Amino acid sequence: MEFTYSREQQMVKKMIKEFAETEIAPIAEELDAEAKYPYETVAKLGKLGVMGMPFPKEYGGAGTDYLTYIMAVEELSKVDASHGVIVQTHNALCCWPIFTYGTEEQKRKYLPDLLSGKKLGAFGLTEPNAGTDAAMQQTTAADGGDCWILNGSKVFISGGGIADVYVIMAMTDKSKGNKGISSFIVEKGTPGFSRGKKENKMGIRASIAAELVFEDCRIPKENLLGKEGKGFKTAMTSLDVGRLGIAAQALGIAQGAFDQTVEYMKQRKQFGRSLNKFQALAFEMANMKTRIDGARFLLYNACNMRDRGLPSTVEAAQAKLACSETASYVVDKAVQFHGGYGYIKDYPVERMYRDQKITEIYEGTSEVMKMVISGSIFK
Amino acid sequence: MANFAEYKDVWVFTEQRQGKLMNVARQLLGEGYRLSREISKDTRVCAVLAGDGVDHLVDELYAYGADVVYQIDHFLLKEYTTDAYAKAMTDAIRTYKPEIVLFGATFIGRDLAPRIAARLDTGLTADCTRLDINTANYVEYLKTYTTASTDGISGRNDDNGLKQTRPAFGGNLMATIVTPNTRPQMATVRPGVMDPREKKQGARGQLIRVCAQLSADDIHVEVVEVVKAAKELVSLTDADIICSGGRGLGSAEGFRLMEEFAAKVGGVVGASRAAVDSGWIDQSHQVGQTGTTVKPKIYFACGISGAIQHQAGMKGSDVIVAVNKDPQAPMMQIADYAICGDLKKVVPEIIAQWDAES
Amino acid sequence: MKIIVCVKQVPNTNEIKINPETGTLIRDGVESILNHDDANALEEALKIKDRDPKTEVIVLTMGPPQAREMLEECIAMGADEAVLLSDRALGGSDTWATSNALAAGIRKIGNYDLIFAGRQAIDGDTAQVGPQIAEKLGIPQITYVREFQMEGKRITVQRALEDGYQVLKTTMPCVLTCIKELNTPRYMSIRGILKGAAAEIKVWSAEDIGVNEELVGLKASPTNVYRSFTPKPKGKGVSVKGDTAKELAGNLLAELKEKHII
Repeated sequence: MEFTYSREQQMVKKMIKEFAETEIAPIAEELDAEAKYPYETVAKLGKLGVMGMPFPKEYGGAGTDYLTYIMAVEELSKVDASHGVIVQTHNALCCWPIFTYGTEEQKRKYLPDLLSGKKLGAFGLTEPNAGTDAAMQQTTAADGGDCWILNGSKVFISGGGIADVYVIMAMTDKSKGNKGISSFIVEKGTPGFSRGKKENKMGIRASIAAELVFEDCRIPKENLLGKEGKGFKTAMTSLDVGRLGIAAQALGIAQGAFDQTVEYMKQRKQFGRSLNKFQALAFEMANMKTRIDGARFLLYNACNMRDRGLPSTVEAAQAKLACSETASYVVDKAVQFHGGYGYIKDYPVERMYRDQKITEIYEGTSEVMKMVISGSIFK
Repeated sequence: MANFAEYKDVWVFTEQRQGKLMNVARQLLGEGYRLSREISKDTRVCAVLAGDGVDHLVDELYAYGADVVYQIDHFLLKEYTTDAYAKAMTDAIRTYKPEIVLFGATFIGRDLAPRIAARLDTGLTADCTRLDINTANYVEYLKTYTTASTDGISGRNDDNGLKQTRPAFGGNLMATIVTPNTRPQMATVRPGVMDPREKKQGARGQLIRVCAQLSADDIHVEVVEVVKAAKELVSLTDADIICSGGRGLGSAEGFRLMEEFAAKVGGVVGASRAAVDSGWIDQSHQVGQTGTTVKPKIYFACGISGAIQHQAGMKGSDVIVAVNKDPQAPMMQIADYAICGDLKKVVPEIIAQWDAES
Repeated sequence: MKIIVCVKQVPNTNEIKINPETGTLIRDGVESILNHDDANALEEALKIKDRDPKTEVIVLTMGPPQAREMLEECIAMGADEAVLLSDRALGGSDTWATSNALAAGIRKIGNYDLIFAGRQAIDGDTAQVGPQIAEKLGIPQITYVREFQMEGKRITVQRALEDGYQVLKTTMPCVLTCIKELNTPRYMSIRGILKGAAAEIKVWSAEDIGVNEELVGLKASPTNVYRSFTPKPKGKGVSVKGDTAKELAGNLLAELKEKHII
């Protein structure tokens, strides 16, 4: 398989690289240390059109293909994985389900502000007792006549409390399990909807994750997203799309840590020669590069299939599994090759090491990816 | 092709601002003097003095070596405008036909010279750092200071053309430029590079008053005002000189000395992470992996041991001067000039002697 | 109004490597970028367009066919149109010949109100092409522009000096060369990138702009490169000699002065 970047993709990569190195790199350490949400840089990304890349212009999107968007997430994550996931969650888990399952009115109402970055989006599925097993949803949505009444809570919600528009899964009929789940659009500021505990995370600390609490939260009838009882499908297809973004985030972390290590090895001298002159280390770098490039091919291939409208659930799972495990391997070596300096916060690899772990967990754990992939083998 | 025989003498545009001669004018007279003597014994170095009421500068020009002063005095030359100066200079060059015209590569010289060269349809070389007439000297220079081959350059001085050497690509590459087919040969010359002659009080030369044919209609840009501004505090990234201090300063007090140092040399204060973490100076001054990456012309590292994450931010400096008690400190190993000593004694001496004439 | 911005594609000098044997640039693998000062020039033109969307911003460059990429990026930043002067006959032009070509290109575009250019390119560092274009077009120039204001056809600028600035007024058309203090160039936008990737870049030959070998190219250029070479690599550092602090400082400064470092 030969891959060539289109002119469009080259320019997107260049633009995001310049932006990330100029605007994000200088503040990344501070954002991480203080778990501070980067409002300013996210607003700038919105103005540049990054918050609505793979959506049609008629709703205020930029109209790129999905692959080009994925490259933007990858470039951002090379410098700071928090920015990667912020863009990713907004695009794949909020804009995408509204665009795909929303009514024309819903699209007209929400997409222009979301795609221009004026408003931020989030997605609420996970609950204390419903992670991978989504059918264990405790949050309910009761028909209140002219409204839906939501009760329950969601946890680990990326952008929780920060986002303006939320796609929320809730049970409309508990007896039906997965088929009793529906999805809703909930706006920040709706009475009865509040942010609970803010999580103190290991990594991607600039991307805020928080608990969402619904206490008799009444939302308009027309905020049901898709058909009643189809929420599980909405969630699963959104996560399918989201997986590509998480894979891109993981790949970006891997590439960023690799690049940092290359520079470090050229500068750092031990026993009178620079580290890159030690063959044992150089060979390991060869392994890292090969695995990164291999993971990239899987990811780009999965995106390409999605852009062509082909079924790509398995390919997306493979891409996420390969990218996140590659990232795990690469950040481990990157810190190791930095020696003591890799363990202190002067060098970004320390942060990348912590940021990486989540890519094996969220939007489907590696185990879930293996379920999807193995299921396709033994069907 | 110009009739080369008609073109004689070396001209120096002796830039003045508000009636004061620029330093570069003295330096160029020194260089012009040297070049004129290399060309032939009857070649003269001539100052071209343009302005309004600048009689008082003529003697100074003689004192710095001018054989001739062309004085172009006109009320429309009071403030520098491209239009008026370009017209006055072009007319004078057309009338008197100098062989070489040198300008200081100042913000004004680099505005004026290209306009004149374009009008005269002759060559101009920007921001030169070395000028040669004598080919043997030039070959010697190439052999001593560069990696260039001297094959094919005759050692005999049979070519009286001006060899104009200048840096390009941020100093990574040098080029020597010639102007073979047109005259005059024009160059702007970087300030601070050429040496002035020793001042000879009472030296005399020939004064030629040039009448400029200027009218207000010639000038299309109006000077509303000229504002003198104290040099704005530049950022670490843009600084030409950085005076950086580390753990060796011992205390926040130590940074007072660095501030004084920076003020004297027109530089900016930098710091190592150790100094910042000790709370002696604000983080915005930090140079290195987590701080700013800098590329000044001179980086003074005072009491900085030079850990790898500091080096990562300053290794690209043109010249590194290290002052440290420990000769084995990594910074002393990468420095171009290493001073083994107590910075609290050495730095005040550098400050004291900075302005001294060498 | 119509603004022409003169730009140049340059190698990123931070990454430049020189072959020490031949004294020539190793261009392989070196990234090409829009010259920094030129990005400031384009930004100033785009700021005018932000205020008045009817403004037409045209970028113009002279260079090899691959300079098209930089022009696409200028469109991605917000320029409306791009023109590339590209022809073997233009190769080897010095600043005089380059300004002849660019002035001819500008005349062909025609009806311009303002011409912005960067002060200088980071590869050649001459700062000569801007003023020489102005001379060839017979219009005023203001170099080292650090602040720009416009009212109708009147413009007021601050022109930087070493020790302050001049406040200058002139009328359109004129040439302004820009420095980095003027503004912060914008990034390409995603929509702009889609426009840039699809843009049709006009490519004009020497014949198209009506210049011949007496005005452009290596032979027409009044200056020639006689030799190009690299300075000898920096040797190992020296330990400054001296018994007292005074001597150490004195010897250091003497050395720095002799090498023209200060």
